[in-house]
Amino acid sequence: MNSFSVALAVLLIGFVYFILGTRSAAAARQSGSRLHSLPHHYGLYAGMMASLPALFALVVLAIGDDIVFNTLALDFVPDAVKAEDNYKEVIVLAQIANVVAGINFGEQPQWVNDAAAAWLGWADTSRLIKTMVAIGLAAGGGFLATRQLAPDFRSRNAVERIIMFILGASSVIAILTTIGIVFSVVFESMRFFALVPVSEFLFGLTWNPQFEGAERAGSGQMGLATYGSVPLFAGTFLISIVALSVAVPVGLFSAIYLSEYASPRVRAVVKPLMELLAGVPTVVYGFFAALTVAPFLRSAGMNLGLDVASESALAAGLVMGIMIIPFVSSLSDDVINAVPQALRDAAYGLGSTQSETIRMVVLPAALPGIVAAILLAVSRAVGETMIVVMAAGLAANLSLNPLDAVTTVTAQIVTILVGDQEFESAKTLSAFALALTLIVITLGLNFIALQVVKKYREAYD
Amino acid sequence: MNEVATPAGLESGALPMDTVGNVYVESPRITARNVDVYYGDKKAIDGVTLDIAEKQVISFIGPSGCGKSTFLRALNRMNDTIDICRMEGEIKLDGEDIYAPHIDVVPLRARVGMVFQKPNPFPKSIYDNVAYGPRIHGLATNRAELDDIVTQSLERAGLWDEVKDRLTQPGTGLSGGQQQRLCIARTIAVSPEVILMDEPCSALDPIATAKIEELIHELSNQFTIVIVTHSMQQAARVSNRTAYFHLGKLVEVGETGEIFSNPSHEMTRNYITGRFG
Repeated sequence: MNSFSVALAVLLIGFVYFILGTRSAAAARQSGSRLHSLPHHYGLYAGMMASLPALFALVVLAIGDDIVFNTLALDFVPDAVKAEDNYKEVIVLAQIANVVAGINFGEQPQWVNDAAAAWLGWADTSRLIKTMVAIGLAAGGGFLATRQLAPDFRSRNAVERIIMFILGASSVIAILTTIGIVFSVVFESMRFFALVPVSEFLFGLTWNPQFEGAERAGSGQMGLATYGSVPLFAGTFLISIVALSVAVPVGLFSAIYLSEYASPRVRAVVKPLMELLAGVPTVVYGFFAALTVAPFLRSAGMNLGLDVASESALAAGLVMGIMIIPFVSSLSDDVINAVPQALRDAAYGLGSTQSETIRMVVLPAALPGIVAAILLAVSRAVGETMIVVMAAGLAANLSLNPLDAVTTVTAQIVTILVGDQEFESAKTLSAFALALTLIVITLGLNFIALQVVKKYREAYD
Repeated sequence: MNEVATPAGLESGALPMDTVGNVYVESPRITARNVDVYYGDKKAIDGVTLDIAEKQVISFIGPSGCGKSTFLRALNRMNDTIDICRMEGEIKLDGEDIYAPHIDVVPLRARVGMVFQKPNPFPKSIYDNVAYGPRIHGLATNRAELDDIVTQSLERAGLWDEVKDRLTQPGTGLSGGQQQRLCIARTIAVSPEVILMDEPCSALDPIATAKIEELIHELSNQFTIVIVTHSMQQAARVSNRTAYFHLGKLVEVGETGEIFSNPSHEMTRNYITGRFG
């Protein structure tokens, strides 16, 4: 049986135990015993105890068997092959996996075929083990749980605990995934930094990863490829600053209008319309920027005697700013609405006008939330990819002039990783180093902003 | 309404609806005539006519939902901040109709200050709380004058000794009673003529309440004070006149001693003796 049908079987067994548990509890109630919980709690307990451990075991086994197979398969590799200069485990394992999957590129060495045959055998064994373990756990767990069921068994509380466990496990999955992403980026970055010095990456002023075979690692060739990331980060921040100088004022002012001035009827129309902006796919913004805004800026610039690049930071930044407006306005609107009416009353009661009340009372009280909204906008702007790929260009110019073409970190990561890549090259690995630096910078920005907010916040509770 | 004695002054001016006692005074600061207040279609205040005398404390009592707070908020047009709220009739402050089209509510609310039920200091420092009003109205031309206003206001609110060493700390860090006195200091810092207090002690413990009541008594030398309260003892202790509201109507008004010792209207008597409300 494959894993999917095993999982279905486990769920079926759980359902059977649910019915059995519910029935027996209902029968006990019929015959006059006083139950601690409702009959379906007994059923749920039995059903959950049957299916949950089995499903968990299935997942663990499914993740585990590949790791075990890889280790075992490497034993088949002859020492002579291992001693070769260009020996790589990844490649050997890929060779074996190809044979297993029936994909053959010409004649394979005997040991590869042996390993593949053994692999198929292990896979059969593993399927058998998984089926046995999962179904055994399901049947056994359900059986044990059913034996626990007595009229005074607190199945309602037990079900509560199981649900709490499921909820907790879900949040752990989210956290573990994040940690996993960070770690994979860190490890790949370390491989990159083994090839290119950290100082060159962080402080180098030229980004030119395109020349293959020009690696510096030990080959003695001082190549033409340079990995100075400063132009990329400069471009990212230039575009982000343009975007934020559009999004923050417009978003914040429209939030103030919507929450303080607009009548309920206007609000009911305008707010969903603004949030519609957030639903426009970024690729649409991208071609809007590339095909409409950039040419317009170029011709407008020419009329003014300015030299505007056809793919300018200004065009990408403006459109990105429009994209971010709903994030700023929607979140700011929520925090402004959360400021207690009592504070507004106090200000009005002292003879404040509406704008004085907003400026001197409402906004200071809402400041932490507004800063949080702006931070979210910053991370959107820094991480935004599609618009910059389409509208900002790929030339890594080091420039602070928004009329020039610049490129960003995300746009470079895309160009590096799109298409077939040689995974061991510094060029490919540089994408991970860029991502790591981006993560560190965003985290740093968040941290600083939180400290600032803590210092200046006006807590109203 | 069979035992209604015709109040003196009823013949002149508008006809007060069914109110027992003398709604008029010699030198009124505020005059309300036939005031109706609606929330949407619901009539929350029904034909109230009442004078509020200068440098006196008048308390509004009555069961929950009787409209006493609504009427109070009509006196400085705080009800304007509620969209569905609508007012008919006439309210004059020093002879001037405060609902007239040319009246600007902003200076009006500086003249008729308000203290709310729940202490609502701004989440700013103690100093900035008190300085807020003088700043927006430009009452001080330099820092020294502003310091003076803040000091005097806190002194008059009886809070100075407790906070003089921590003026830069947030007002929200004070105890409930201190917060309410801070709100009173904030209100008197703009030198209002009338102070409206909407159940100012309902969120406070008895000791803090006693301090506020003492403060109200002192402030009545300088200000006209209107206080809404649920506590009849408080009304009896702090006010010169008392008005009893019921279901949006002003049932009875009179000297506080008279109302509590010898109420004329049966509903007032029932309320005061605790039979309902």
